[in-house]
Amino acid sequence: MKRLTGALLALLVVGVLAWAAQNPLLINGAGATFPYPIYSKWFDVYHGKNPSIQFNYQSVGSGAGIKQVTEGTVDFGATDGPMNDEQMKAFQDKRKTSILHFPTVLGAAVPTYNVPGVSGALNFTPEALAGIFLGKITKWNDPAIAGPNKGVNLPANDIVVVHRSDGSGTTYIWTDYLSKVSDEWKGKVSRATSVNWPVGLGGKGNEGVTGLIKQTPNAIGYVELIYAAQNNIPYGSVKNSAGTFVKADLASVSAAAAGAAKEMPDDFRVSITNAPGKTAYPISSFTWLLIPAKIDDTGKRDAIKGFLKWMLSDGQGNAEALSYAKLPKEVVQKEEKAISNIQ
Amino acid sequence: MAGSRSFLSRLRDGDEIARLITLVFAASVVLITILLVYELWINSALPRQKFGLHFFVTQVWDPVMDEYGALPFVYGTLVTSAVALLLAVPLGIGAAIFLAELAPPRVSDALQFFIDLLAAVPSVIYGLLGVFIVVPMMRTVIFPALNKPFGYLPIFKGPSYGVGFFTAGIVLAIMVIPYIISVSREVLLSVPGDQREAALAVGSTRWESTWKVVVPFAKTGIMGSIFLALARALGETMAVTMVIGNTPKIAASLFAPGYSIAAVIANEFTEATGDLYLQSLIALGLVLFLLTFILNGLARLLILVTTQKGSGVSN
Repeated sequence: MKRLTGALLALLVVGVLAWAAQNPLLINGAGATFPYPIYSKWFDVYHGKNPSIQFNYQSVGSGAGIKQVTEGTVDFGATDGPMNDEQMKAFQDKRKTSILHFPTVLGAAVPTYNVPGVSGALNFTPEALAGIFLGKITKWNDPAIAGPNKGVNLPANDIVVVHRSDGSGTTYIWTDYLSKVSDEWKGKVSRATSVNWPVGLGGKGNEGVTGLIKQTPNAIGYVELIYAAQNNIPYGSVKNSAGTFVKADLASVSAAAAGAAKEMPDDFRVSITNAPGKTAYPISSFTWLLIPAKIDDTGKRDAIKGFLKWMLSDGQGNAEALSYAKLPKEVVQKEEKAISNIQ
Repeated sequence: MAGSRSFLSRLRDGDEIARLITLVFAASVVLITILLVYELWINSALPRQKFGLHFFVTQVWDPVMDEYGALPFVYGTLVTSAVALLLAVPLGIGAAIFLAELAPPRVSDALQFFIDLLAAVPSVIYGLLGVFIVVPMMRTVIFPALNKPFGYLPIFKGPSYGVGFFTAGIVLAIMVIPYIISVSREVLLSVPGDQREAALAVGSTRWESTWKVVVPFAKTGIMGSIFLALARALGETMAVTMVIGNTPKIAASLFAPGYSIAAVIANEFTEATGDLYLQSLIALGLVLFLLTFILNGLARLLILVTTQKGSGVSN
């Protein structure tokens, strides 16, 4: 018994000493759920290379991420939709410095459906998608859908629209795209992580939307590309701004970013839905890290800058294994320059 | 000084300590309730100023235009809970009577084990059950069965997507039945044996003694089990959001998709970016609290009224 106690005490002392010796610098972040798998992989790999730095990320949602970084309860935030001017101003007022956006990887939303008798991939025009989600196109054999799907036997059934019920970056990308291709959508519904849907049922999360579509004949909805790819969910092609029908994959999503890179603003707050380029998938988006422009703690500042540099070089190599499209090199170069804005 | 000595001696006995400790525990319940209301109230100032009482009658929920109203959610919460109770109360009480009065004790105990097990199943499991079993069944079996003969009634109008008020009500009913059975059975079992014997002695059949003597005797407790079930149904989040359709619209048809207060809070809270948006969700929380409070109050009133009348029944 005595020996056991002694051993335990020794273990405790060793543990405390080890902890005191390397007590890593803890950097806290919170935000978007969509990039969580790649962020946790990055933070894990980076900690392995730099044991003195530990990133801690909570995937609480983009809205909560923006809120927490504004309040200063975390060191950095993350979001699937760029902060709007109002939110930027609120940050400026509260923290007396600006907030910087750093794109990290790319995501996309894809249309998925369950039409009895149709097994192949359907082609969707922007007009068809906007019409369906506005509730104006109500039958599967509507000419707007049937037109680009010659040879597919579309039934005369009523379309059941399914959307996300939880606030989500995927909804932001989807509604941002519809706002760009349809003036009526822009005026009536517009873009946000949750909107007032004109029609349809809501499913919670990608799995909820997929479940509803599988359960409901004649349903159509949208899910994240990564979710669709990992779960072998069939999805359709969408006509891009160059007039070609493109199926979403890592290459076509990266192509959308490359197409938009030429007009990339200096603050990186850009929507790349409906991007130019023949091979670009039109419903794609960046996801961003939100970093305050002024970080008083020099240790944390250097650690965050170091991580950003690594993320843009070696880190991008991890992206595709986890089904995220990586940044095009034009964007990487631009971001590398922007890191010096953190002071 | 005599008082302090007796206090000390009571302290030594442990009585006073026990009294103080349990008092603190009891007070903490009240304190938590007050803090809860306080927090909800403080954090929902914006929508109260902007919408006032209109919040209760507005049907729009539009995060883009920053317009929020609670009515569709209040409606959905009340309708699903009502459907759940309509289905669960007769079933639950019937089962409890069988278990307490008619079944052999061994069977009763064995079944009780299963019922307790059901009460412990996480709600997300009931939600999955709803998605994979109740939703398809609703579309292919229950909806045609009710729509064909009764389709002219607004509450049974189509179309049915499988998800909706009725589906959520069924799943909630399955979830709350164990509570009703479990509590009602305990209450029925605790009815003194001489009540039954007296009824049998004056020539009642077994069913008469059960229905006319034992059940009225246990009425207050049975009502308690129903209120417990109601509270659970009002606040249920996960299972409801999986099967209700998440559409903030008011529809007369039970087959239409709808939304409930708890479900919309769970769905939208994490991504609520604007202050007014976030506070409107918190205001919904306050509304749910109020709703529970009012229904509980009404329930208590009902017990008070019926037990006074009930005393005449048992003669």
